[in-house]
Amino acid sequence: MTDKTPATVKILYFAWVREKMGRAEETLALPEGGATVADLVGWLRTRGPEYESAFARPEVVRAALDKTHVKPTTPLAGAREVAFFPPVTGG
Amino acid sequence: MAVRVQEHDFDVGAEIGRLREGRTDIGAVVTFTGAMRGEDGEDQGLTDMTLEHYPGMTEAELERIEAEAHHRWPLQASLIIHRYGLLRPGDNIVLVVTASRHRQAAFESAEFLMDFLKTRAPFWKKETRNDGSGGWVDAREADDSALDRWQAGADAPMARPKAAQ
Repeated sequence: MTDKTPATVKILYFAWVREKMGRAEETLALPEGGATVADLVGWLRTRGPEYESAFARPEVVRAALDKTHVKPTTPLAGAREVAFFPPVTGG
Repeated sequence: MAVRVQEHDFDVGAEIGRLREGRTDIGAVVTFTGAMRGEDGEDQGLTDMTLEHYPGMTEAELERIEAEAHHRWPLQASLIIHRYGLLRPGDNIVLVVTASRHRQAAFESAEFLMDFLKTRAPFWKKETRNDGSGGWVDAREADDSALDRWQAGADAPMARPKAAQ
């Protein structure tokens, strides 16, 4: 993590990602060394079976940083809130 | 410009009336209403549907999409309403209203707003079928490809920047 990244981040889960996780949100202390959204997903997948299940196909899980859509390669760069969810189906 | 995310229903006529009230600069109003169908993509009957969303991001994303439409077309007014929660077949889901001096901007921007809303606004549908089964609705590739024609450089007239109209 860079100096700008806060020690803890609020993580939100929606739709089937939320169901596989068994919770809608949590606050986690991030490890050092993870700089991007993809790095965070890689770290989350090591945390337990529910994470492994929710992120089994990371390419279909979308992410937002502080309520803005981002790509896996986007740096976390001090985001306070990270959200993970399936492709949207509104309208 | 206005965005509303709400659980309760909306009245299309009343919304148009409010949007036009006291205005004489509007020559064209286009509305799109999305409603819940009573069957899914495989012709299975549906009893209901629950729409989940991301409070805070939903409003922010709809406002970004709306601002982009105003950037691309000369709009006099616009309104986006999207419902969440439990819906049944026949219920309204979404309303888009665009108003301009001439019809082309209103027509095109309404379609643009819906295409972007469907691929960017953080809503997720979970359906329940008549037999009790159901699940989360998959995103449609057709929705993603609908976005392509709005990209810069496309030949479609709607891709023209506001300055060119």
